[in-house]
Amino acid sequence: MTTATATHDAHHDHHHAPSGLKRWLFSTNHKDIGTMYLWFSFAMFMTGGFMAMVIRAELLEPGMQFVDPEFFNQMTTVHGLVMVFGAVMPAFVGLANWMIPLMVGAPDMALPRMNNWSFWILPFAFTLLIGSVLMSAFAPGHPAAPDFGWTFYAPLSTTYGPDSTDLFVFSVHMMGISSIMGAINVIVTVLNLRAPGMTLMKMPLFVWTWLITAFLLIAVMPVLAGAVTMVLMDRHFGTSFFDAAGGGDPVLFQHVFWFFGHPEVYIMILPSFGIVSAILPTFSRKPLFGYASMVYATASIALLSFVVWAHHMFTVGLPLAGTLFFMYMTMLISVPTGVKVFNWVATMWRGSLTFELPMKWAIAFVVLFTCGGLSGLMLAITPVDFQYHDTYFVVAHFHYVLVTGAIFSIFAAAYYWLPKWSGVMPSKLLGELHFWSSLISANLLFFPMHFVGLAGMPRRYADYALQFADYNFWISIGGFWFGLSQLLFVAVAVRCAMKKGEKAPANPWGAADGLEWEVPSPAPFHTHETPPLIK
Amino acid sequence: MQLTPLYRRAAGLLSVIMATTANASDWATRSDLDLRPGVTQVSQEVHDLHTTILWIVTAIGLLVFGLILVAMIRHRRSRRPNPSTFHENIVLELLWTIVPFIILIAMAVPATLVLFQLEDSSGSELTVKVTGSRWKWNYEYLTYKDDNQVNLSFYSNIATPVEQRETPVFSAGLFPYGTASDRGGQPAPKKDHNYNLEVDKPLVLPSGIKVRFLITSDDVIHSFWVPDFGGKKDAIPGYVNEMWAKIPEGKEDTYYGQCTELCGKGHAFMPIEVKVVSQDKFDTWLADEKAKAAAAPDLTPFADLKEAMDAGEGVYKANCALCHGNNGEGGIGLKFAGSEFMTDAKHLPEHIDTLINGRNAMPSFKAQLSPRDIAAVVTYERNAFGNDSGDLVQPADVNDHESQ
Repeated sequence: MTTATATHDAHHDHHHAPSGLKRWLFSTNHKDIGTMYLWFSFAMFMTGGFMAMVIRAELLEPGMQFVDPEFFNQMTTVHGLVMVFGAVMPAFVGLANWMIPLMVGAPDMALPRMNNWSFWILPFAFTLLIGSVLMSAFAPGHPAAPDFGWTFYAPLSTTYGPDSTDLFVFSVHMMGISSIMGAINVIVTVLNLRAPGMTLMKMPLFVWTWLITAFLLIAVMPVLAGAVTMVLMDRHFGTSFFDAAGGGDPVLFQHVFWFFGHPEVYIMILPSFGIVSAILPTFSRKPLFGYASMVYATASIALLSFVVWAHHMFTVGLPLAGTLFFMYMTMLISVPTGVKVFNWVATMWRGSLTFELPMKWAIAFVVLFTCGGLSGLMLAITPVDFQYHDTYFVVAHFHYVLVTGAIFSIFAAAYYWLPKWSGVMPSKLLGELHFWSSLISANLLFFPMHFVGLAGMPRRYADYALQFADYNFWISIGGFWFGLSQLLFVAVAVRCAMKKGEKAPANPWGAADGLEWEVPSPAPFHTHETPPLIK
Repeated sequence: MQLTPLYRRAAGLLSVIMATTANASDWATRSDLDLRPGVTQVSQEVHDLHTTILWIVTAIGLLVFGLILVAMIRHRRSRRPNPSTFHENIVLELLWTIVPFIILIAMAVPATLVLFQLEDSSGSELTVKVTGSRWKWNYEYLTYKDDNQVNLSFYSNIATPVEQRETPVFSAGLFPYGTASDRGGQPAPKKDHNYNLEVDKPLVLPSGIKVRFLITSDDVIHSFWVPDFGGKKDAIPGYVNEMWAKIPEGKEDTYYGQCTELCGKGHAFMPIEVKVVSQDKFDTWLADEKAKAAAAPDLTPFADLKEAMDAGEGVYKANCALCHGNNGEGGIGLKFAGSEFMTDAKHLPEHIDTLINGRNAMPSFKAQLSPRDIAAVVTYERNAFGNDSGDLVQPADVNDHESQ
């Protein structure tokens, strides 16, 4: 989204920014790499979204109309994987790449070559994964793509997995390597390259939340790598980690997976907290309420995330004491999360509010994320979870947290920082249409899922009993509408990339605070070459 | 894929969409906005707990959203050009840390008490072993009151007529219920009331006594869930999980449930149907079933190939088609159409043996199908799909093989 040639500094004349394909292939510039991450994640968002459209088309009415149940399972599986590992996580890494050096006053990420590598692994990882889907759809004989859910529970993925499971395993390994390198880069940058005077407790909250997220990534991505490796070993090298017939344990798989999986959930939401904590003060014209408690709350959420994993597994037959422990710990997470929400409300309280696009997305985030958080609290209560577990109520819960939570915050971030990235203001008309259309359709899409789940519809069903027909019809309509709404954002982003629109000043939002607003818009190719001094 | 059927399908789809409301309204008594209270005492306590928690989170939500709304209306720039500058308040911050904590304790206490009840399966008078098996359920009655050797076992398959399910446009050829050309683009018949919920042989339970389920699996993880009994438990290979239900007297009825853990292609098609009857009726039923099971298998020979083929077609569609394809085109399982295994008579004993003992991913059907069914389906597979081997297998052949 930046053109570098126009913006380099005079004393850097000998050192032109590279151009053409090489600029992107060999880039070590945090802004270019951030841009690539963001475009990549958006492409994955549309790809995963297309798979969701297939799912919703099949579920529009009872019966099997479009795809067979096997392909339906492949769609739910790859939709989940693409959205988690291809859309949400790379979007956050892209934002971190762009914003962390700007926010802490660093000239670039600390490890620029590794930065390049961690991005360029991703297209290959997703080629493997999406290639398996293309083969399933078009190759002769239709070899099945991964069809065991994004959670790839054994033995469905081991003894009973399709051949493409191996593609999936390698693809997840590559995504994991990419994430770990991205996380190392964030930690090294934040801990070593802060401008003089920027103590840890003066860092913007986005930097704080990403620092904590990066530690979570380093802690749990190797666990995921271990899980997929054990799956590979069970499939091909005669081990029986997860095979009861060979002395192994299928439930062990779930423990290992969710020990990764639950911190992963917070990996996908903590940076959102940082984004919203940057936007709300700007448009409330009032400092963030409870900065220190925000930092501590984020850290406590991260720590608690390691001791709640089995709440995804209440129905596997855990011992009573274990069930109670995981229920209490899970409920406890709502305390620091509540602190955050109350802090955001207090930030807005008695401010001087205006509702530009980033603020609209941020407020929608606070409200709808809170909905997702509250249904999460309901799911924590084990006896009722026995009823909710693996129904659409769970689907509603995690889509509220991930779509109207994580994705909405990513849109908030995009609208907030697009002027800085591109030098032009995003189109107001298209942006307003995108916001309202997404807001209404997302709720039409996800809210009735609570009802259809409570009424008893299990998740990952290719076909359902007639009693669920009305809800599913409206959910599908909401789904198509939400999917189409995202095309508006394509228009917004492309217009900005083409520099069409009102020119943005250095600080287009007036009250925005932070080092990123002290450099011109668009941000020059190199920034903070001399560290700014923080008072 | 041809364009015309697709176009016709789109038109059909639109008409079904418009009729959807009418379809679903038949079900108004079975589905609503909220969790089903269920029939057992525990399921109703779970429902009450759900209602309490729902009100608490609704109240918290309304408080938060109310405050946001007030701020959005009263603290907008047009009404408050000069923002306040406060950014911390230790009393408030402590308050909204401690008060939620107290609310959580208030929620945890009843939750813990209900959980204790759910986990206490002692004092049961009937034990049924429930085994998930792709994609059907096996019920085995183990003990009933003083009888520790009930030994009654049967499989329960989905009974929704295959014609009620449309043929997917983009079928990769794996879906068992015919290809698009089979049905000539005709819309599927109207789905009836129990679409995807009814089974050929329901689980029968007596009311008024505590029933313990021992839940396990033959292959992948399934999950046994009857919402009206107040919970679910996963069926895991190598594990035996426990769950219990006590359906009160006077609540004799048919209850439905579904598999709730992704188990592959047929995940949505392995429903649970439970027929609850009074204890008297249950005793009679159990005695009848035991007598039937004890009787020698029906070994009446098939009169001719046609009789065997007709019997075999139904068995094939219910048990084999999901893996081997409705037209024997293969899929998860072996391709039958034109296969030498089917046409060369020297493989016949091996064919029968595979059904009885299973092979690799192919499960054994000895416990699920009678010798007569096995004979019929083997005959069908060897003569349908253009195989025309002429082999006619008689029930006695299968029975001999089983007793070897």
